[in-house]
Amino acid sequence: MAVLSGILIDGLSYGMILFMVSVGLSVTMGLMRVINLAHGGFALLGGATAHWLTTNTDLGYYFSVILAVLATMIFAIAMEKIFYRKIYKFTELQQVLATIGITFLMIASVNFLLGSTILPIRSPEFFSSSVDLGFRTLPVHRIVVIIAGMAIALGLYILLDKTRFGIQLRAAVDNRNMASSLGINTARVYALSFALGAGLAAFGGILGAELLPIDAYYPLRYMVLFLVVVAVGGLGSIAGSFFAAIGLGIIDTAARYIVPEYGTIFFFIAMILVLLLRPQGLLGKK
Amino acid sequence: MQETQIKPAENLAQTAAPARSRKFLIKLLIDLALIGVGIAAYFIFPDNLGFITRILIMIILVLSLDLVLGYAGVATLGHAALFGAGAYGAGLFAVYFSADPLLGLLVGAIVGAIIAFISGLFLMRAHGLTLLMLTIAVAQILQEIINKERAITGGSDGLLGIDMDPIFGIYAFDFFGKTGYLYALTVLVIVFFALKILVASPFGAMAKGIHESAPRMRAIGTPVYWRLVGIYTISGFIAGIAGAVSAQVTELVSLEAFGFALSAEAMVMLILGGLGRLYGAIIGTVIFMVVHHTAASIDPFNWLFVIGTMVLIVVYFVPEGFMGLPVKLRRWLRWQK
Amino acid sequence: MSVGMNVGMEVKNLQMHFGGIVVADDINLTLKPGDRKALIGPNGAGKTTFANLLTGNLTPTGGSIHLDGQNIAHLRESQRVKAGVAKTFQITTLFKKMSVRENIRLPILERTGLGTKMFKKAEAYPEVEAEVEQMMTQFNLRAHADIEVHELAYGQQRLVELALTLALKPRILILDEPSAGVAASDSHMITDAIERLPKDLSVLIIEHDMKLVFKVANKIIVLVNGAILCEGTPAEIGKNQQVRDLYLGARHDT
Repeated sequence: MAVLSGILIDGLSYGMILFMVSVGLSVTMGLMRVINLAHGGFALLGGATAHWLTTNTDLGYYFSVILAVLATMIFAIAMEKIFYRKIYKFTELQQVLATIGITFLMIASVNFLLGSTILPIRSPEFFSSSVDLGFRTLPVHRIVVIIAGMAIALGLYILLDKTRFGIQLRAAVDNRNMASSLGINTARVYALSFALGAGLAAFGGILGAELLPIDAYYPLRYMVLFLVVVAVGGLGSIAGSFFAAIGLGIIDTAARYIVPEYGTIFFFIAMILVLLLRPQGLLGKK
Repeated sequence: MQETQIKPAENLAQTAAPARSRKFLIKLLIDLALIGVGIAAYFIFPDNLGFITRILIMIILVLSLDLVLGYAGVATLGHAALFGAGAYGAGLFAVYFSADPLLGLLVGAIVGAIIAFISGLFLMRAHGLTLLMLTIAVAQILQEIINKERAITGGSDGLLGIDMDPIFGIYAFDFFGKTGYLYALTVLVIVFFALKILVASPFGAMAKGIHESAPRMRAIGTPVYWRLVGIYTISGFIAGIAGAVSAQVTELVSLEAFGFALSAEAMVMLILGGLGRLYGAIIGTVIFMVVHHTAASIDPFNWLFVIGTMVLIVVYFVPEGFMGLPVKLRRWLRWQK
Repeated sequence: MSVGMNVGMEVKNLQMHFGGIVVADDINLTLKPGDRKALIGPNGAGKTTFANLLTGNLTPTGGSIHLDGQNIAHLRESQRVKAGVAKTFQITTLFKKMSVRENIRLPILERTGLGTKMFKKAEAYPEVEAEVEQMMTQFNLRAHADIEVHELAYGQQRLVELALTLALKPRILILDEPSAGVAASDSHMITDAIERLPKDLSVLIIEHDMKLVFKVANKIIVLVNGAILCEGTPAEIGKNQQVRDLYLGARHDT
């Protein structure tokens, strides 16, 4: 029971973090058809900014987090305008090369400014306290992560289903040419969804720092992890990313609890099985 | 009717013959010059042989990637799986069976080919992101298996205790890496010329055809899937050779041999140099590794700025890679006039 | 039960369902050596689907396709090519960055079983080269032999495609919209090329351009909603009121 609930809770919170960081990548890859290996870099930038703000200013945790996410989003819009506009037209392999180059520069910048050590984010004390649920105690941090992940999933659902922007975004994912011929400003939709994805990555990076510690090499270390979530969920599918992230989070956590000597083997076997049965991912379109 | 049509063809071949043989001669001279550079490096940089040997090994790996990615157009981010297979194949063979280098080289190559064939059976049906992810997964899973069987493989400590016999029983691997360097260079030269023959052969032409239009290849009766499995297996054989040479020369194999970083770096080097050209694989690897090495020794903390900038400049301004530079330059000069 | 006269292709009761939709409904068709049949029909009638069923790009859900008495309905595309069924594409998918010569060389290498040879240059097989030259002569492509295909005019690309397909020495040739995208001034190139095809080849032409169809076909089959409406000589089809209504109606729609 303790093991099972541990797996479920840790797996769920791990999955939520994977979801928050990866969902923007899924939209970028589904919408702009860009293999964006630099996506984890936005999580790094968010995390690094939050680290600097919480350790060098008196802004407090919540304000620092908001500021860090906003800063990352503004940075992402600039990046989209300067670099990505051109990358959209590249071939797949050139995209890989270009976004790896951007990743290198992000890593080098953080390394230059803050060094190569782990960059802890000072969170409120009660995050590290525990709640007694009767049958077991639960770290507050896990609860915060799970609630935040759920809230973001719900928020995205409302955004996509109920707002004009959401309709435009879905139309653009389905058929770009059609969308622009219908008078949708696809360039704006691209920029906004790119910034939104980067902001979510920053937020996920900050909240997930306990499980996936922030340091300069973060984007390279976890690049594969985020790509796996996107591939399993299906390109451009937000619900797909959600279920893939939770499923993979729980599988990976379960393996760590039960058969730690096998490392990440089950995580990757799960991915292979899904992709062999559904090459387009769980909820991806062919 | 047939005869009258063949005759002009022969005439055409005859008139084109001198030009063609001159072109062949120039290409041969370039190849010989490259080998000359390889030999000269041995005398010019006696203190850096270890590093240059690493470049040679990397060139072999990137050449094997070029066959799959550059010629056949199959995007993979898991070539380290084949390199690692060769490295551990040759390393384990040396520790547990025989320390003969050439036998070990063959074992490494065959293990690389076997892994490529088996994984190719399901990889070559996939495309795009799915294919990229599956190739990554194969390398990761192999890495975990080697890590788990630490009793045999040394796990995360690496495979220790490789002690190679002299090559042909004569040339012992020395502390300064002189034998290792010449060994790697010889293997590279053989691999390079073998690949040169292969890519010019009907089989190579078929690979390029699959790259350009797989549906059309099917329509001319080519079993595209099996051809791709074949190409991937050959590539595995060569990547296995690269891994084996690495294991034998350094007498050490670590889990990094299966690492995602190695796969990604090999891909970056190849695209930098220029896809689908054997010289591209060589130039891309040499430039990347030399820039990396130099930048890292000047500023061990901030060298990534240099690499990142170089990668971006190439992809934005010379998207065909370094091999596209001469054409670009010529066009630019003409425009200046 | 073998087919009575088993030379050529015999399609019997061919069926294809996509989910609940019938895209090929009980199609029967024979192609004898020397036949020049045309398949016409309005957009969405299932012409391309039918062609894909013949080549093995799609697998039929029912019926049989016999080639010289042997059922090939369940062979893969590449196996059917080797059995003698070849098709040109509606959209040109040539090897654009290869020269005309290299384009035509590939199918010949494949057909002669040299495609997996690794130790000699691709151009080092004299009998293959002779055939490449012959194909280029036949299709007036000698002047462009060393030009990359993407630099050619569309009509010439069509010729390369025909040459490439014919180099497979098929017995059944399916031409999928051979004049699509070709400038009107160049369409005679296509007609000429079709008229110069080997006499014993069975040809099935899928085409929109009625002028071309009436010029080269000796039998016309009309396909509507995945089923054959009627079959007859160009004269008969030209007089058929049903077909006239269908086509005039379709023309008015567009």
